Amino acid sequence: MNDPQNPKAKEPPSTDVPVEEAVAERARAAGVATQGLDWRNVILVPTLALLAGLFVGALVMVFSDPDTLRSWASLGRNPGKALSDSWTLVYEAYSALFKGSLGSPRAISETIVSATPLIFAGLAVALAFKAGLFNIGAEGQLLVGAMTSVYAGFTFDFLPGPVHVTAALIAGFLGGALWGFIPGFLKARTGAHEVIVTIMLNYIGLLFVNFLLKSEIFIRSGRTDPITKPVAESAKLPPLLGAEYRVNAGFLVALAVAGAIWWLLFRSTVGFRFRTVGTNPNAALYAGMSVGGTYILAMVLSGGLAGLAGASQLLGVQYSVFPGFSSGYGFDAIALALLGRTHPGGVVMAALLFGVLRSGATGMQAATSIPVDIIVVIQALVIVFMAAPELVRQIFRIRADKQAEQDTLSASWAT
Amino acid sequence: MKVELRGITKRFPGVIANRNVDLTLIEGEVHTLLGENGAGKSTLMNVLFGLYSATEGEILIDDSPVNFDGPNDAIAAGIGMVHQHFMLVPVFTVTENVMLGVEPTGPLGVLDRDQARKRLLDLSTKYGLEVDPDAYVEDLPVGVQQRVEILKALYRDADLLILDEPTAVLTPQETRDLFEVIKTLKASGRAIVFISHKLKEVLTISDRITVLRRGEVVGQTTPAESDEHALATMMVGREVSFEVEKTPAAPAKAMLEVNKLSVLDDRGQLAVSDVSLDVRAGEIVAIAGVQGNGQTELVEAITGMRKLAGGTVRLDGKDVTGQGPADMFHHGAAHVPEDRQKHGMVGAFPIKDNLVLNSYDEKPFASGIKVERAAVTENAQRLVKDFDIRTPSIDVHIGNLSGGNQQKAIVAREFSQAEVLLIAAQPTRGLDVGSIQYIHEQIVRKRDEGCAVLIVSSELDEVMSLGDRIAVMYRGQILDVVDRADATRDKIGLLMAGSRQKDATA
Repeated sequence: MNDPQNPKAKEPPSTDVPVEEAVAERARAAGVATQGLDWRNVILVPTLALLAGLFVGALVMVFSDPDTLRSWASLGRNPGKALSDSWTLVYEAYSALFKGSLGSPRAISETIVSATPLIFAGLAVALAFKAGLFNIGAEGQLLVGAMTSVYAGFTFDFLPGPVHVTAALIAGFLGGALWGFIPGFLKARTGAHEVIVTIMLNYIGLLFVNFLLKSEIFIRSGRTDPITKPVAESAKLPPLLGAEYRVNAGFLVALAVAGAIWWLLFRSTVGFRFRTVGTNPNAALYAGMSVGGTYILAMVLSGGLAGLAGASQLLGVQYSVFPGFSSGYGFDAIALALLGRTHPGGVVMAALLFGVLRSGATGMQAATSIPVDIIVVIQALVIVFMAAPELVRQIFRIRADKQAEQDTLSASWAT
Repeated sequence: MKVELRGITKRFPGVIANRNVDLTLIEGEVHTLLGENGAGKSTLMNVLFGLYSATEGEILIDDSPVNFDGPNDAIAAGIGMVHQHFMLVPVFTVTENVMLGVEPTGPLGVLDRDQARKRLLDLSTKYGLEVDPDAYVEDLPVGVQQRVEILKALYRDADLLILDEPTAVLTPQETRDLFEVIKTLKASGRAIVFISHKLKEVLTISDRITVLRRGEVVGQTTPAESDEHALATMMVGREVSFEVEKTPAAPAKAMLEVNKLSVLDDRGQLAVSDVSLDVRAGEIVAIAGVQGNGQTELVEAITGMRKLAGGTVRLDGKDVTGQGPADMFHHGAAHVPEDRQKHGMVGAFPIKDNLVLNSYDEKPFASGIKVERAAVTENAQRLVKDFDIRTPSIDVHIGNLSGGNQQKAIVAREFSQAEVLLIAAQPTRGLDVGSIQYIHEQIVRKRDEGCAVLIVSSELDEVMSLGDRIAVMYRGQILDVVDRADATRDKIGLLMAGSRQKDATA
């Protein structure tokens, strides 16, 4: 089989088999797919999904704006006007959107402020997903985390500044972790599906928090409307760019936590176990890993991260909890974890992007009278395009890479 | 019907999976494609079935060129394929599965199940493919599911039937049944493509044999002109030996003692009842038996993957009853699982991670919770070399390797860690001759190193060539344990079929 005269003999002879070369080729094509770092799937597809989302979003704008629609109605008489009106509308809307989110120091500060809780919550969803769990409950975990954090924030005011902030963050983590423990435990012990349980716990968490808001322990003295006491000065996350900008140290904490989660997932035995259980629970069982224990730990950590989302929002921006404290961060988190391909780096980028959309939306509404809700439409469209990568590939003619595909998505989002 | 493949070349980026292959398939003939895993047999058939399009070359049916854009075109042209992994809907009945995609409908598009059912029954009687049309596919044994797949192809009027490794999942009895079916189909004027690497079977059933190696046709022959040895040499490209070379066993003390073990299966039925068995250091005990007689559950119970309903397990004198897989591993027991893709590996992980699947959290692969990546890499490089795992890199996803190399990787992981006991369930299922030979050698080596070895196999040849003692399982019980010296193929075969005859030695 191996001709000694073969000039290729310096290659290891054992790989001299066509199909194994094919394997090598496929593996190279998939890049270092081992850790989901393949640029084509991690960067390119999300970017194109975003572009497609913005494009379809533009269509929605055009066809929901009465003036522009009128010029389309007279398309026969003046075709140029319909097009130029549409272009003007979309251009103004998107430029207002990006000016409002990136056009000034204050805008950038606001974008980062919006992104911070999204990073934490997105990491929560991504981490659970790596262990094969679909945590829909980030919203509830976030609220419970905010409550435990606010309690620590106004109670332990005898602590010195840095210690107090840390304690309040930890309290937020623990509150979320508790709320995440419940579905993890139920899944491990009884097989109860975490999707159902976390959805239900969102309601329980929300209503429980609303109940607590009116309780003696939390309610601000002298107020009858449900709002908690403010956290002590010492528990506030310090601003990064002086008091006039709201951007605060929470963002740095979020980046550090994202780094830590990356390490945990890809460099630690805990992450190895998470990923094994998440990709092939049968093999995990065979290898002697505790599948149930992994579910519990993953949900506890995931809940804790969601709790940190609440704590960072509380200690960095709001300083007290009230109804409507979270504007759906926990739900946006599911979408952006998907957009970020459940990779910590991707989550940070996706969160920043969502931050841009969120903080730019107000400016856009002011400039063009296009309602803020269009942002929700665009976000949803991006998710649709992400969830149907085949569609994006068809539109943009990219070659498929089935392997990486299965690694991240189809494996268990559907189950 | 005559199907010709002329000069088929199939390139994948940077590789050639088929190179200039010519093949002529004629009605009333069983044409075998023989070759090792990765020789390009399945690729070639996928080209014929329209799943891939050939880079070069053409396909002619009855002398006129055809162009298939997908399986639907191939099916319309009268080509049917039974894939190695069945494409059935488990929760549908046999009839529903067969008619799926070509459902007969009545007025208003109402499904006409009766018509489909009747046609199915006709086909089933005609070709001796016995099957209950109303049974749910998930309740059927593998052999019957395969019949459903064949019926599916016949229902679509296939004149050419491609069977991709059909016997890989069958018991010897089911294989015999399948061969009867193939003969009937042949007699009815159909062309059959039979893909296999099991030489005995190939010689039994084929009319013509084409041998592929590394994507090319290396020879064509007929059973009359050839024999196992010649075929194997052609297929592998070098001399191969079928005999497992081993010296008589030198058994020492009992390492695994299983006493009155009872185990329930997934449905809560008793799958193993009152099984007692010893395996001593330095011997290979082979458990023979037709698939589904409790071997799977027995092994899962011993290795801690399944709860026991009763009985005890002792390992090296210590009571390990009811301990989990991690504990068994720590006591020095290694386990090559029956279903390598389901249990043995994580397909989406690189080879190096799979090689530490059960020791990832121990020294030297971890310190605290930190994975020592250098140690993992070093371990992988060593095992890939020692166990001849053919892979371009240790970072390749193990799911991308051929079955033989996946199994070698699992064998490498387990054999390198087995100290006291090695359990290997169906260690060579679906592998090619070269890999089988290699794994058999490794098993014997483990025995000679003083390990107690327990093998489970439904291949009679494997049991006979490896076992120092042969235990036969039937309906959850061990009918008999026979010394290799006293074992004959007939005797073991009869035991496998459940006859506990006393007169065999008389």
